[in-house]
Amino acid sequence: MHERPRLTPIQINRDLMRSVVETPMVFYVLLLLLMGLVGLGVVAATLLVTYGLGVTGLNHPVFWGFFIINFVFWVGISHAGTMISAILRLTSAEWRRPVVRAAEVMTVFSLMTAALFVVLHTGRPWRTLYWAFPYDFVRGIWPDVRSPLVWDPSAIFTYLTGSILFVYAALIPDLALARDQTTGWRRTVYGVLCLGWRGNARQWKLLNATGLLLSALILPVFVSVHSIVSWDFGMSLVPGWHVHIFAPYFVVGAVLSGVAAVIALMAVMRSLFRLHDYIRPEHFDMIGRLLIVVALAWAYFYFLDFVFALISKEEAEYQVMKLRLSPPYLYLFLLMVVCNVFLPVPIWMFRRFRRNIPIMIFTAVVVNIGMWLERFLIIIPTLQRRHPDAFAWGDYSASLVEIALVIFSFANVALLLLLFSKIFPVIPIWEEKEGHIWKREFRIGKLRLPAIVRE
Amino acid sequence: MPSVMGLFKSADTAADAADRLQASGFGPADYEVLTGAPYPEGAFGEDSGQHRLFIFPLGGAMIGFAVGLMVTAGTQLSYPLITAGKPILGIPPMFIIMYEGTMLGALIFTIMGVIFESRLPNLTNDLYDSRITEGYVGLVVRCEDDAQAATAETTLTDAGAEEVKQQGRS
Repeated sequence: MHERPRLTPIQINRDLMRSVVETPMVFYVLLLLLMGLVGLGVVAATLLVTYGLGVTGLNHPVFWGFFIINFVFWVGISHAGTMISAILRLTSAEWRRPVVRAAEVMTVFSLMTAALFVVLHTGRPWRTLYWAFPYDFVRGIWPDVRSPLVWDPSAIFTYLTGSILFVYAALIPDLALARDQTTGWRRTVYGVLCLGWRGNARQWKLLNATGLLLSALILPVFVSVHSIVSWDFGMSLVPGWHVHIFAPYFVVGAVLSGVAAVIALMAVMRSLFRLHDYIRPEHFDMIGRLLIVVALAWAYFYFLDFVFALISKEEAEYQVMKLRLSPPYLYLFLLMVVCNVFLPVPIWMFRRFRRNIPIMIFTAVVVNIGMWLERFLIIIPTLQRRHPDAFAWGDYSASLVEIALVIFSFANVALLLLLFSKIFPVIPIWEEKEGHIWKREFRIGKLRLPAIVRE
Repeated sequence: MPSVMGLFKSADTAADAADRLQASGFGPADYEVLTGAPYPEGAFGEDSGQHRLFIFPLGGAMIGFAVGLMVTAGTQLSYPLITAGKPILGIPPMFIIMYEGTMLGALIFTIMGVIFESRLPNLTNDLYDSRITEGYVGLVVRCEDDAQAATAETTLTDAGAEEVKQQGRS
């Protein structure tokens, strides 16, 4: 990247291994705080499992509540990894280097959290597996492959496995470095995990080929996952959900929330691990530019969703839209649109703001509030008007157990990321060094211009 | 077989040493270059050999597709329960799971491929130095006998190696 300072391999090792070998006090503070919040979630989950779904606010006709909203939200966040890592890798975008691992790891942890919410939503976690996986050979009970609720686990399982493999493949050289930089049992563990990596030319050649191959393979999975999540809604005949534009609309929304979450993650990493030489304002600048396109694409799809409902004049669909645009949902709708488009996009238009990290964190948080609300507005008002008969209409308000589990989900992802950063380097060290190998400076007249050479 | 490793502080000196090794009669396949980051292929005149990594995802995809077909068709045929008048073997929903199976197979086999083709896990005690991950470049020369090892040692030292290590010499 053009603003990259000249650093020696030893400096890079020292800076990027700091999170692994040093433990600042703030780490323990964060650890305790997050463990407390996760503990709160464990208590809530225990209550849920002990007393059943009665402890939630779910009731006829709203049987999908905060758990499913959270599931869709976290699957959306998981799209950041592939978007940032795979697409930028395939297009050889130089600014990807310090961002890819954090984004990939966030994909893994947010997917795990998302999957957990589906299991919790069933209220009977121990009975859930045979609904999705064909293993009950004794009783001959098989999942119904015609149901979108069975497509979901297959897509998430593929995406999760692929994402873990993606993270691991790129981690091997850094595990070898960790082996070389540590002593005692940690050296042994890193030595085993890096499989005896030595860094010869063949291994590097294969690793680069693997990065491209995995990127190319995981991109279609990335599109399929949120498409299939959208079909949980779209394949039903529920007015407001039975919309053919849902798949691309969900995918774009997922990219918007996921990439925005990467901004917040980058800012935290930069500050917590003193990575100012690696995660620089130019990275926020680039992501800001990307987000302008994604946010406007999301707005376009959202607008089309409304247009289809209004033009078709299908009464039930029309009523759902009307409910979304009536108080109290109107206020949430307005807040969502402001959070997703009208506030962040004008900010991202200005280079000065895109390079201002506190402002970028603000926009990232705002977008994710907006995207969470978007999922809320898709699910709750729609189910309230699921039946044409007004006597079957109902209301929903989340219980404390559900609210605690939503807080848990955020704490859980943050805790897992924090623990990961303690065990593994959060920035791919070898990729950073590779960037330095390719960096050159050109002189044109009186100017010295930094540039990146490519094969 | 004896082997000799020279450690070089810069890539340029290592590339120069590789040229000298070739001038001393060693072929590109007789030495390997160890680095802490990927250099452009051929930067040291080394021969990294051919690989068949691209076959692995194809094989994995075929296996994944077959497993997907088995899971979708097999389970529905083993208990043929008609739901909502829909066919037992509905192609569109089967395709989704077979697609995911295909991609999963391809992803898993790609990783298996890179591990296999990279000759990992490497359980041998080959010459190595932890300074390689600090930016040094290691040139490991595999020799036929002690005489060749002595030649390699002299060549690497003359080329400016910071340190020369040996293994397997009698």
